[in-house]
Amino acid sequence: MSAVIENHHDDHHHGPAKGLTRWLYTTNHKDIGTLYLWFSFAMFLIGGAMALVIRAELFQPGMQIVEPEFYNQMITLHGLIMIFGGVMPAFVGLANWLVPMMIGAPDMALPRMNNLSFWILPFAFFILLSSLFMEGGAPNFGWTFYAPLSTTYAPPSVTFFIFSVHIMGASSIMGAINVVVTIMNMRAPGVTLMKMPLFVWSWLITAYLLIAVMPVLAGAVTMMLMDIHFGTSFFNAAGGGDPVLFQHIFWFFGHPEVYIMILPAFGIVSHIIETFSRKQLFGYSSMVWAMLSIAILSFVVWAHHMFTVGLPLAAELFFMWATMLIAVPTGVKVFNWVATMFKGSLTFETPMLFAIAFVVLFTIGGLSGLMLAIVPADFQYHDTYFVVAHFHYVLVPGAIFSIMAAVYYWIPKWSGNMYDERLGKLHFWLSFIGVNVTFFPQHFIGLAGMPRRYPDYALQFADWNMVSSVGAFLFGVSQILFLFIVLKTVMGGKKATDQVWEGARGLEWTVASPAPYHTFTTPPKVD
Amino acid sequence: MSAQTYYVPEQSRFPIFMAVSLFLLVMGASSTINNLDNPDSNSSYILYAGLACLFTTMFFWFRQVIKEHLAGLDSNQLKTSYVYGMAWFIFSEVMFFAAFFGALFYVRSFAVPWLSGEGENGVGISAIGLWEGFESSWPVMTTPDKGAEYALAEKSMAWPGWGHALEWLPLWNTIVLLSSSVTVHFAHIGLKNGDRKKFNRFLGITVGLALIFVGLQAAEYYEAYVHYGLTLNSGIYGSTFFMLTGFHGFHVMMGGFMLAVMLARSVFAGHFEDHDHFGFEAASWYWHFVDVVWVMLFLFVYIL
Amino acid sequence: MSLKYFQNLPLKIFSPLFVFASPMQADWFALNMTRGVTDISNEVFELHMLIFWICVAIGVVVFSVMFYSMYAHTKKKNPVAASFHENHKLEIAWTIVPFLILIAMAVPASKTLVKIYDDEAGDVNIQVTGYQWKWQYNYLEDDISFFSNLSTDMDEINNLVPKGEHYLQEVDEMVVIPAGKKVRFLITANDVIHSWWMPAFAIKQDAIPGFVNTAWTKVDKPGVYRGKCTELCGKNHGFMPIVVKVVEQEEYNQWVDEKKQAAIKMAELTTKDWTAQELVERGESVYAVNCVACHQTNGQGIPGIFPALAGSDIVMNQKDKNIEILMEGVQGAAMNSFSYLSEVELAAVITYTRQSWGNAENGDGEIVVPKDIVDYKKPKI
Ligand code: HEA
Ligand code: HEA
Ligand code: HEC
Ligand code: CUA
Ligand SMILES: [Cu+2]
Repeated sequence: MSAVIENHHDDHHHGPAKGLTRWLYTTNHKDIGTLYLWFSFAMFLIGGAMALVIRAELFQPGMQIVEPEFYNQMITLHGLIMIFGGVMPAFVGLANWLVPMMIGAPDMALPRMNNLSFWILPFAFFILLSSLFMEGGAPNFGWTFYAPLSTTYAPPSVTFFIFSVHIMGASSIMGAINVVVTIMNMRAPGVTLMKMPLFVWSWLITAYLLIAVMPVLAGAVTMMLMDIHFGTSFFNAAGGGDPVLFQHIFWFFGHPEVYIMILPAFGIVSHIIETFSRKQLFGYSSMVWAMLSIAILSFVVWAHHMFTVGLPLAAELFFMWATMLIAVPTGVKVFNWVATMFKGSLTFETPMLFAIAFVVLFTIGGLSGLMLAIVPADFQYHDTYFVVAHFHYVLVPGAIFSIMAAVYYWIPKWSGNMYDERLGKLHFWLSFIGVNVTFFPQHFIGLAGMPRRYPDYALQFADWNMVSSVGAFLFGVSQILFLFIVLKTVMGGKKATDQVWEGARGLEWTVASPAPYHTFTTPPKVD
Repeated sequence: MSAQTYYVPEQSRFPIFMAVSLFLLVMGASSTINNLDNPDSNSSYILYAGLACLFTTMFFWFRQVIKEHLAGLDSNQLKTSYVYGMAWFIFSEVMFFAAFFGALFYVRSFAVPWLSGEGENGVGISAIGLWEGFESSWPVMTTPDKGAEYALAEKSMAWPGWGHALEWLPLWNTIVLLSSSVTVHFAHIGLKNGDRKKFNRFLGITVGLALIFVGLQAAEYYEAYVHYGLTLNSGIYGSTFFMLTGFHGFHVMMGGFMLAVMLARSVFAGHFEDHDHFGFEAASWYWHFVDVVWVMLFLFVYIL
Repeated sequence: MSLKYFQNLPLKIFSPLFVFASPMQADWFALNMTRGVTDISNEVFELHMLIFWICVAIGVVVFSVMFYSMYAHTKKKNPVAASFHENHKLEIAWTIVPFLILIAMAVPASKTLVKIYDDEAGDVNIQVTGYQWKWQYNYLEDDISFFSNLSTDMDEINNLVPKGEHYLQEVDEMVVIPAGKKVRFLITANDVIHSWWMPAFAIKQDAIPGFVNTAWTKVDKPGVYRGKCTELCGKNHGFMPIVVKVVEQEEYNQWVDEKKQAAIKMAELTTKDWTAQELVERGESVYAVNCVACHQTNGQGIPGIFPALAGSDIVMNQKDKNIEILMEGVQGAAMNSFSYLSEVELAAVITYTRQSWGNAENGDGEIVVPKDIVDYKKPKI
């Protein structure tokens, strides 16, 4: 162990170690960022494959390929894997790669903990996925795991599920602490808070949300564990508890969680739109205030997921109004993006295409969210495909598109090579069409009255379900193309310049492409 | 390269060991819990193996960090990172307790009254006579299904009135824990003034008080289980009571252990300088946090 | 286990396509919410359309500006970008205007909501209880109580025969309510959370075990209205529909009388002398409705979740324990109490399980008669 200390002086200037141990033992933010990104892509494929099972079953009315029991396991794992395995680690990976480079820091503040927070994840998801092969099957109670379906009536694998959520949470909290500390403590001189790139801001706020709500989720699953195995009655009316208590705790976590999945996207999109408009971002400081407002409001709107559980009237009104308010700061962001493009000098490279699609489709998802916030109308929308359409619009062309945009935008900096622009555009258009064909018809199905989490449905929903399934397969196949493009870029291609994009601003574009293994070992000067 | 550059450790095997330990720990814990009523199960060995690995890794990991620190590799900036890191970790702990306090407030103000037919959400319950005869009170006298009638008010952990104040363990617990916060502060002052004797003495007293607290808490649990019949199964009062005090007690043990390690470091290895002792400071913050949680508990679980 | 799912894969996928292509309705036009049949549901529909058009308008404005710059401000047409990056007046405007729009939406929404909230008793009060996976209806004033199960044929679900018009939206016994009267539903559940949704009345209320939610409606137009369970409640969540039949008051009174007569007949059956054969016959249908979901038609259950009844020692040899399990349920397991079934049904279903799948040959083969259940229910001293 002391060898590390002795060798420390020269080690510091070495490149990465060789072989597998590079990845197992690494403390380098770029390596860890890469691990996170590949991991999340793998999870995206697995979760996506489950979505394809869902869509295949729903291709037609009648039970086709899976049993209802297995269908429920699929939706549960699909939701959990996409959220905790797909989107969140992807954003942490981007934070790892970008935050230190954007603020002129040599690395993340706590590099060993950084490695730990990544390596917990493969184990956590191994446990979650292995529950598919356990007696009684995988968790089958939806990603929201409402009690008592997830307690008294759950399969035995729920215990494994609970503990895997525990360690996922530990990973997220450690990752978030690392980001906060890095941002608070590691900025190069001159990088003041209000000069920080927006992606960094968005992550500072996201990390704060994560540290605040992941422990609450841990509390919720702990209560479940106690109810299931140790006789407590938190969620059991017969003992004086309340199943609805579970929902309050879950959504106190769950609603901020959805902003955890969108704030970093806001940051990414701001950078990309600025770059390809060749014009300074409109309203930087209002962007920051908007994100802060969204984050604060996100703590007082949770019960909008529970409008039908029988809340007292005053609560319904309060949560409706508070939820609607979030449209104001979010609107400010959308308007700022549009104003940035206005009178800009636009070009439409792949990252920009994804970013523009993000703004349009996220806004559509946001507007349907606003409709959901209207309580009397939500009585009709709740737990129908209208909700499914809403959240896939904010999550797939929202969060996922922003991640893809980020990969196209920064991969030249990461790998030193340009991606294939023609293929990138093809990927974009296939995804764009696929996503809309998949999820737009779900608005219709939902309004026409099809409940979600149904493995089979009445005949009047058949046509649009078929369209949706076709779209899903189109979208799914296009992601194989994405994999191909990324691999091709990593392995070779046209060399990228340091600046990469004509209009790009920020510290990360001042270092070489590919970015050296250690950047900013001495802080850059920023004014 | 000067020590003032941020110290980025090269390659380390601790994190992956830690991840594997955690994996063993949770796999072991899950299968042990699932096999509680199966005497032939060997799952608990995985659990113990996980725990052993976890503690071993932590031991070596912290030892390494301390060594690096003593070798002068840490810049002031890195120390600040540790400070922030600890602060945010404590914030996350606060939120964990917040979930349980939230549950307590919710059942007391809403669920229990509703179940007894009071309030807006009690209308339907009384209309069909569900839970007939259940009356709202805190502590809950009998659970709605009348399964647990033993959580009688005079036998709960609530404030017994001035006449019995001295027999009331929670009061003693409060005194013990509050004084320990003071003694740990004295220790800190001693350290800052370079008075190692004072530091060791007061830190020792603090650890002792922590032990007393845990002992009293154990006595209280014994009392509850054996004499009052108040258990985890006693409905929602027992649930909130044991989970809140239990998690707090667990945190006291962790905090006490941390302080004990600091004491050992000071006594046996002479660690900590008057201007440089974040390891101890982190532990003492944690201790103050545990204390504040107790004050909240005392207020909301015992008194009100 | 998962292998089983894929056994008939090709058949299952292709049979519906070619063999039994269902009479697909022209549902390409099922694009929007349908207007309901009550005042409230109409109001909700109007509200939905209002907020929908507001959202469309916002979208049109925002996207037009954006598409305009994508068209007019490309690098080709505008090689040098403008340099503005702030405009306080504009920013204040686009904070305040959305706020005003929100108020315009919130006011009618709040009004409607207040109107919906009314927990006074109705002219008819019906307790609705969700079970895995059926609904029970209890008419509080008239002592009528029955279960409502999905009546769609399993073969339709498994694509073996063509699907009927009301595929998955039909039940063996509809809830009947009188037209023009205020009907209050007291909604609760027996096991997990369900949710009682009747789109035509704009009622969606979760059924929470141990709690009771209320909802009310007043329907003027007689007819048959269909709804569904909308809270994930386990395996057959998609298979527990709701059908409400609204009839004129007279017809309603008649229905109530019939129901009461039937209850009296049932009571008489209890005292009758039963043969094993009769009980088994009757039990088979009780089993098909209440037990197959978990213990399966062949009595094999699902390993790890639902125990097999075939070969179960309790079923074969422990008559008293068997009765007790059905009457009390099993604490902490999905096996709930079935004490709400009639004595005849209980006796029949227990006898059926004791006589089927070789249980009679391997066990004591005794039968349970309704009187055994009555005895069990008597207070024990
Ligand atoms: C990234 C994730 C994400 C994001 C960003 C959002 C954003 C929003 N969501 Fe969504 N939501 C989910 C993910 C997300 N949601 C998920 C996963 C679920 C389902 C969970 C489950 O049950 O499984 C859900 C469910 C959900 C519900 C519960 C529905 C139900 O179950 O009945 C509601 C109800 O209020 C809601 C509302 C909103 C609102 C008001 C916003 C707002 O933040 C949107 C704000 C944006 C805009 C409004 C558009 C842009 C604004 C303008 C152009 C300005 C002008 C506009 C006006 C003045 C109106 N969401
Ligand atoms: C970030 C989150 C996220 C993302 C990205 C997605 C992506 C997709 N989702 Fe997901 N979804 C959720 C989050 C997400 N979803 C959540 C939270 C729920 C609620 C769960 C619940 O009810 O509890 C849900 C529920 C849900 C439902 C409703 C199920 C029901 O209620 O019954 C449906 C149905 O169509 C659906 C479809 C899809 C599809 C088609 C995609 C597509 O975008 C997927 C794209 C497909 C791929 C990317 C596949 C690529 C892979 C291959 C082509 C094969 C290669 C295979 C291997 C080598 C393994 N999702
Ligand atoms: C919702 C699912 C479900 C339904 C419906 C159900 N059961 Fe069960 N049943 C269970 C479960 C789960 C158990 C195991 C309980 C335990 O011991 O943990 C069980 C156990 C039993 C047992 C004890 C078997 C043994 O060997 O331990 C009997 C007998 C039984 N059920 C009979 C019935 C009958 C008869 C019906 C219908 C009237 C029925 N069950 C309906 C889930 C169900
Ligand atoms: Cu009952 Cu879903
Ligand atoms: Cu929400």
